[in-house]
Amino acid sequence: MSDMRTPLNKVRGLGSAKDGTGHFWRIRLTSIALIPLSLFLLGWILSVGGASYGEVRAALAQPLIALAASLFILISLDHMRLGMQIIIEDYIHGEGAKVTLLMLNIFFAVAVGAASVFSILKIAFGG
Amino acid sequence: MSHSPATRPHARPLSPHLTVYRWPATMLMSILHRITGGALYFGTLLVAWWLIAAATSENAFNLANQVLGSWVGLIVLVGYTWAMMLHMLGGVRHLIWDTGTGLEKDTSTQLAWATLAGSIVLTVLIWAGYLWLGA
Repeated sequence: MSDMRTPLNKVRGLGSAKDGTGHFWRIRLTSIALIPLSLFLLGWILSVGGASYGEVRAALAQPLIALAASLFILISLDHMRLGMQIIIEDYIHGEGAKVTLLMLNIFFAVAVGAASVFSILKIAFGG
Repeated sequence: MSHSPATRPHARPLSPHLTVYRWPATMLMSILHRITGGALYFGTLLVAWWLIAAATSENAFNLANQVLGSWVGLIVLVGYTWAMMLHMLGGVRHLIWDTGTGLEKDTSTQLAWATLAGSIVLTVLIWAGYLWLGA
């Protein structure tokens, strides 16, 4: 079959690892987003430290807090999934163990994210 | 399988490896950056647990707060704070390096010590602020 793409187009953005600088860029992008988000939430957690069940739920139900907390969790999990991927690739050399751990890494991030965001939304939408 | 004299393995001098170097600050901070990243990874379980508890019931929430407020829990939370500050400042250090600056030997060593010192100062400030706010 003829391929209309030029050789340059086919390799653009692809290193030998097949994803070029995508991983590097994404870990930087998420790290920058996490600086203001984590500082904001840290401040919020300090302000609700020792607060009662009702007070914490009322605070978590505020749109700004619920949004910031959800974004913080989702972006954190993306960032840490990328970071743990590097750690696994650096230290685990057996192909089977490596692929298994890389899968578990993604499952862990998705499970923690789903549980956390569901909890926030449940509180925010008054459940 | 026996080795011929020419290929028999025997103790040859090895180039110095990780274990014989006095740790430079940059190496220490590189290792700490990875370790704190790994710790923060599993620390998300605590965040998820606290949120699930808040969404479940008052009893579950009080239990979570009780555990996190115990002395073991507080040690973990102070450690969590420190890990977060160190990893954040370490990340900023990486972002500075990404611009191609701060890579000289002296500067990178100073940045490494600044990251460690900054993380400790921020952790102390955060917990002092927490106590001051009267938790």
